[in-house]
Order: sequence, then C-alpha cells, then structure tokens
Amino acid sequence: MARIAQSLGLILAVIVLNFSLIQLTPGDPAVVIAGESGAGDPALLAEIRADYGLDEPFVNQLGSYVGRVVQGDLGESFFFNRSVVSLILDRLWPTILLVGAALLMAIVFGVLVGVFTARRPENPVSHFATVMALVGFSMPVFWTGLLLIILFASVVQWLPIGGMRDVQFDGGLIASWVDVARHLVLPAFTLGFLYIAQYSRLSRASMLEVLQSDFVRTARAKGLTERVVVYKHALRNAVIPVVTVAGLQFGSLLSGALVVETVFNWPGLGRLAYDSVLRRDAPVLLGVLLISAVLVVVANLLTDIVYRLIDPRIRVGG
Amino acid sequence: MKSLRFFLVVFAALSLFATACGSSADEITDSATDAVDAVTTDDAEPEAEEVVEEEVPDEEQQAVDTSLDEETLEELGSDDAEDAAVDTGPVSGGTLVIGSTQIPRHFNGTVQSGYATAVPGTQLNASPLLFDENFEPQPYLAESWEVADDGLSVTLNLVEGAVFHDGEPITSADVEFSVITARDNHPFKTMFAPVTDVATPDDQTAIINLSQPHPAILLAMSPGLLPIIPKHIFDDGQDMKTHPRNIEDFVGSGPFKLVEYTEGSLIRLEKFDDFFIPERPYLDEIIIEITPDANPIVLGLENGTTHVSATLQPAANILRLQENEDVVVTAQGHEAIGPVNWVEFNLADPALSDVRVRQAIGYAIDREFLADVIDQGISFPASTGIVDASPFYNADAERYDVDIDKAKALLAEAGYADGEIELAIDFIPGGQQPYAEYIVQALEEIGIDAELNVSADFPSWAARVSGGEHQLTVNQVWNWGDPVIGVHRTYLSDNRVGVIWTNNTGYENAEVDALLDKAGQEFDVAARKALYADFQDIVADEVPIYFLTQPPYWQGYQPEVQNPPLGIWGHMAPMHEVWLAQ
Repeated sequence: MARIAQSLGLILAVIVLNFSLIQLTPGDPAVVIAGESGAGDPALLAEIRADYGLDEPFVNQLGSYVGRVVQGDLGESFFFNRSVVSLILDRLWPTILLVGAALLMAIVFGVLVGVFTARRPENPVSHFATVMALVGFSMPVFWTGLLLIILFASVVQWLPIGGMRDVQFDGGLIASWVDVARHLVLPAFTLGFLYIAQYSRLSRASMLEVLQSDFVRTARAKGLTERVVVYKHALRNAVIPVVTVAGLQFGSLLSGALVVETVFNWPGLGRLAYDSVLRRDAPVLLGVLLISAVLVVVANLLTDIVYRLIDPRIRVGG
Repeated sequence: MKSLRFFLVVFAALSLFATACGSSADEITDSATDAVDAVTTDDAEPEAEEVVEEEVPDEEQQAVDTSLDEETLEELGSDDAEDAAVDTGPVSGGTLVIGSTQIPRHFNGTVQSGYATAVPGTQLNASPLLFDENFEPQPYLAESWEVADDGLSVTLNLVEGAVFHDGEPITSADVEFSVITARDNHPFKTMFAPVTDVATPDDQTAIINLSQPHPAILLAMSPGLLPIIPKHIFDDGQDMKTHPRNIEDFVGSGPFKLVEYTEGSLIRLEKFDDFFIPERPYLDEIIIEITPDANPIVLGLENGTTHVSATLQPAANILRLQENEDVVVTAQGHEAIGPVNWVEFNLADPALSDVRVRQAIGYAIDREFLADVIDQGISFPASTGIVDASPFYNADAERYDVDIDKAKALLAEAGYADGEIELAIDFIPGGQQPYAEYIVQALEEIGIDAELNVSADFPSWAARVSGGEHQLTVNQVWNWGDPVIGVHRTYLSDNRVGVIWTNNTGYENAEVDALLDKAGQEFDVAARKALYADFQDIVADEVPIYFLTQPPYWQGYQPEVQNPPLGIWGHMAPMHEVWLAQ
C-alpha cells in the first residue's frame, strides 16, 4: 500500500514538472497552427490562443490541468481536436507490444547467451557472442534500425519496411496476427539488440560468480547432473541482477521505443510524442509523458513481484 | 585458428557497416518539406496511347524544365505495362498507395489550408472547378460558369444528379454554404473577401455576388481551396473549425469516401459508387500511408509497395530515385502551389534601407549555384516572386546575374567602400541553413561581414521575423494559385500586421499598391498580365526581396500508375482519372 501511495505522489510530481517544462519551452502553438495554414493574421492568432486557453496565466492553466487529470480527462489535442485519452489509447497497445516483445527477447536471448558464454568461455560461439555484444552495445538504436531495414526490407525483402500492418492486407484474424508479427520482428529486434548485449554481459558475470559459490559445489557433490545444477540452481540466482536491471531500465526502453517507432513508422506512443513536440501540441505531449510515467511505475511494481516468484526469500518493504 | 576466426567476424561486422554507410548516410539528414501533386483532368477519355505519348512533350513544355531524365521516360514508353495498357485501355479496380509525410488535422478544406488536408480532402470533396496545365478552369461540379460583364458576379451551373456520400443531393444551397464558410473561416482571407452573398435561384444555379471584380475567385474554386461540403451536416451552429464532423463520419461530395483514418498514420478511401461523373473513379481504393519522414516512402517506391508520392525531400532521396529505372521521377505537377525561396530585407535597417546595398547583395548571390550545387539540381532559379509556370510570370524582370565589380561599385556609391556593413542572416530552421551559409560566403566576396543567426525552431524564427527583429532572412513563401492569394500579401503596404508571411519587409510603394489593386480586379488575362509585369519590374528594381530558387514538388511513381497526378495542383486534386495498368 505504501508503495502505491508513493507511486501516486511520484506521478503527481511528474505532471507538475512536465507541465512547467513545456510552458518554459519557447514557441507558441498558435504560431505553429497559423504557420501550417500558410497564412496568418493577428485576429486568427488571438482566436487560436483563446480557443485553447493559452491566454490564461500559468498557475490557472496548471491548476485546471491537474484538476482535469484527476478526473481522468487529459484534455483535447490542439492539432486533432480529439480527446487526448482516445488518441493515447489508440497508440498504447502498439507501444506495449513493441516494448514487451523487445524486453522478452532481450531477457531470453540475453540470459541464454550469458549462460552459454559463462560455461564455455573458450568456445568460438562465445567469442562471436562477445563481439556481437560489443557491437550491439556501441551502435545507436536508430543506426541498427536503418541497417536492418536496408538488409531485410530492401536488399532481400523478407520483411516489411515499417508500419504495423500491411496497408493492403486482407485476411482472417490469425493471418492478421501473423501480419502484425512480421512487422514486429525488425523493430522489436532493433530495440532489444542493445539490451540483449547488456543482459548477456550481466548474466555472464553473475553466472560466473554463482557457479563458484558453495551451494553449487554442494549440488554437484550431491551428484546432480550438470544441466540441473546450471539451470535449476545456479540460473535462478544469477538471473536476479538481470531482473533488477530490466526493471530499472524500463524507462530507457520506453525512450528507446520513441526512436525505434520513428525509424520503423510504428504507430505507438513514441511517434505521437515526437509529432507532438514538433507541433507544440502540449496536451498530447503531457498525456504521453504521464502515461509513460505510469508505465514505468507499474513496471517497477511488477519487478518486485517477479523477485518474489524467483526467490521467495525476498520480502519487499518487509 | 582462433585469431583467424576472430578476424573474420570483425571483418564481417565492418563490411556490414561500410555497406550501410554507402547507401544510407545521405538519407539520415532529413528535413521533410511538404509536397503536393496534381491530377490529369482531361475530360476526354484517357486513351492509353495518348497517355504514353503525352509524357514527353508535357515535360518539355514545362517552363520549369528540369534535369528530368529522358531515359526514364523512354524506358517508360517501352515498358511492358504500358504496352499492355495500349491494348486494353483504362481498367477499373485496384488500390493506389500514396506515401506522404503530411498529417492532416481533418478533411474540411473550407476551414483549413495546406497540403495535408487537401490531399485526402480533394478525394473526399468535389469543387466547382478543376484547372488544366495552363491554369484554365475546367468543368467539375459546375458544368458551366459565367462571369458577368461588370465582373460583379459569377454564375455556376451545377451538374444534375450529383449526390453526397450519404445520398443527399448536392444543390446550390451547399455551394452557398461552402463559399460563406470559406469566406468566414479559411486562413486565405483574400480568396473570398469580396463575396457579399450567394444567390440560389434554383437547386442547380448559384450566383456568387461580389463587391468588386475579383478574378482570383476562379482559382479559389479549385479542389483544394473550395470543397463543397454538405449544409445538412454542418449547418448546426457549431464552430466550423472544430466541428466533429470535419473528421468523424465524414460526408463528402467527391469521388472517394472515407473508410478509415488512424491519426497520423493511415487514411483509407474507397470508391464512391454514385459519383456524378459516370464510370469514375477507376480506382477501387486509395490508401494514404503517412510516415514521419521520407525514408520509408523512398524504400516503398523502390520495393513497389508505394505507388506514388510527392513528399520526397531532401534532395538525396530524389537523386537516389532518379537512378532507379523502375520508378518514374518528375518535377512536373503542383505548379500552382508555387513555393519560392528568397532573401528578404528588413527595410528599417539603416544599411539595408539603401537600395544600392540591396542591389549589391543581389549581384553577389549566384542563384544558379544555389540551384545546381547546394540543391544538387533539384530546384530551379527564381527571378521574380511569381513562379515560372504561372500565366503572370514576367521573364524580363531584372535578374541581377552575378557581377562582383558592379556590386562593389554600388556599395562604394552607397558609402560602404571599405565594407563597414555587418549583417546577421536569419533562416527557417531545418532546411534553409545551407542557403544562409552560402549567402554569408557570397557577401564576403563583396566585403560585407555577415554571420548566421540561428533560431531554435520555426516558431522562434517566425516570432523574430514578424516582430521585425531581423536584418535579412531566407524565407519560403507559396504562390497558392492566384497572385491575389499568395503574392499580394508580401508587398501591400497595409498588410504589415506583425504576422509571419505578411509584409514583413516594411515595403511601401504606392505604385505597387495601386498596380496590385488593379490587377486583383482585372478579369482580362492579357491586361492582368501587363499589370503584374509592371509590378515585377518595380520589385526587381527596388529589391525589397531578392529571389533565389523555386523548389518543385518532385514526385516519384510506379510506371503502372496511369494518368498520374501531374496537374497544377498535383495531389491536391481528385484522382478520379488515375488507373493502374495490370
């Protein structure tokens, strides 16, 4: 309960901070809207400002915004004249799908590679994995994305260039899931690549450490097979740091999603945020930041729960 | 062995990098500018043979001619798809996928200008008139029209039997409602400002009454500028700019109806079966796929998953597509939008208030260099504020071809022989920095010490320039069809209203005011052209603005796209004549 109250306070602080930062940004949304029209006159600008409450003092704007957020109303987009809540709901699932797939891929492959390299450090595959981890670590996400697009969508044309669905797609439910999955491969891999690298290094180090410990020696002494020792006894303990880091990094994974969504034209929250900054569409931007904050908080709560599943000895706040 | 394997792995990784750098380094820099394109609107049945042969002559006619590769066109002529087309003639059916970087706010063009709204908007809504490549009006929803002898009214005779997407008839009351809505809400106030009222003696006749003769009203009835919207849906007292039906359950009058809009990513349009032109449109479906930049569009054109796009900037994309034999690339189309890049002077600045200084700057700048080198040949030199394709372009206006000696002499005459002028150059952040950097160098040649003034983003730049805080700035302004809409605003002395893209130079010339006023009321094209020629000569002499380049809306399309949208409004016109060769 205390954790949940803390989280709510944190989210409120995020709202106030974001609102203030956006207010401090130079550039008037009215000018952007008028500029987009290719013409403008003072009356039009004043009208746009009045329409969106931009002529009110800062404190009033903040007060009424917080008041509305508490009631579940995130306001209306300046640009689309549509409620921010419905815009965000449209974009939330693609982002969760992308980030979830990337995270899952990163943890599964990262841990597998880590365990393998920890057990057979001299195997050529381990060397290859180490090099790839280094490459994954040092390549910016957008760069990986562009390379993968060129290779898989342009040179060999196995996978689509971007988007979430084939625009000309026509088929049943299962086929449409396959279609989405095909579109998901490249962006999820791009986003996950960096983290595969990190988690493999992390789980390798912690695996090496755990394999030296007394209980592993005991397990071996009991005559258990190497497989059981490694995957049942050692891995369970070695994976805890990975879960910690994954939980902490959820925020950076979300910000990585912004770049990946832009590169792959994935219709998620990241692209909505990016477009909103360029349009100075403050209500949408605030809404996206708020939802991201909520997602990060939820991810951290989930991390705590996963801890307990892996290691029942851990008691959160206990 | 081990070190050999390691070396191989590293080598493979490096070669992957190198390959990628070669083909994609140029596409990362991006500054998506808008684009627009047009539709062929011949009322004649589009015979396939004509289509093939028209391609080349049309290109050559273009005033804005182009490095457009003739090879590509010849290829096109001999393409298998084309041969098949010759045999079969136009075929119905198929889905056209348009790539665009522009996100519409909604689809109601009576209250919203711009390419983003107009591309889907002109498919969803019909307008009274279409325009051919000579800027001449053609029938559309109005089967005929007549301008009164005194120029104080325009009578439209609407086609019989036209209906909206909900089956309600399109009548003169809808035309009246649309004209008045546009007059009171559209950002281009000059389009319909002189309209006093619209009389509707019967359902098929609308008489637009004007307070003064107003020839611009014809181009203002183009598809992108005056969509006819249903009065029975919109006339409910709500604010038209935020009307929910601008986007939800959209009911239009055009050849396609709205099926799906996912904000900022996808627009799906479906053939409207009861469209008032029989047998049109040919296409079953149009999909506008919106992407944050042009890179996915270029890949889509190369892969064949995107059929046509006019939002291809920056230059590297266009050059890359030109090398691709499977994609047709052309500068033709969208001439009416007519963007012009120019340098404008703040005439309140002490040094720049001297016309000799401005002329000297004109002689120092090489616009051919801007077009050919900075823009890598994808833009064309501009010598006046009216684009070459317009019927009112004056080819004889003074051009200020580069002449460094003359520039220095003018500066000396103005009292700045030892180059004591210091200038700061503003520019629109994003795409225009290379222009501004070139101008700094060009001015050094004549002894002027110039530097860049970098604004954080478009709103900050706009605030500086409209507030008169700058000395000189690179700018881009659009013609928007008739000069009354897009050209007058920059020069009229009473249009100094402190907003971007009005008279931001502080220019004031009573003769120019009078010429523009007269030209704006002259229905006779030849007489009007003479007035605009005088206007362009005066502006060229006084140099409140020095014109640089005209960047066309390059478009790329698949060879199977027949009657591609290459008209003066480009994609901002209905695509009911477009069809896909099998």
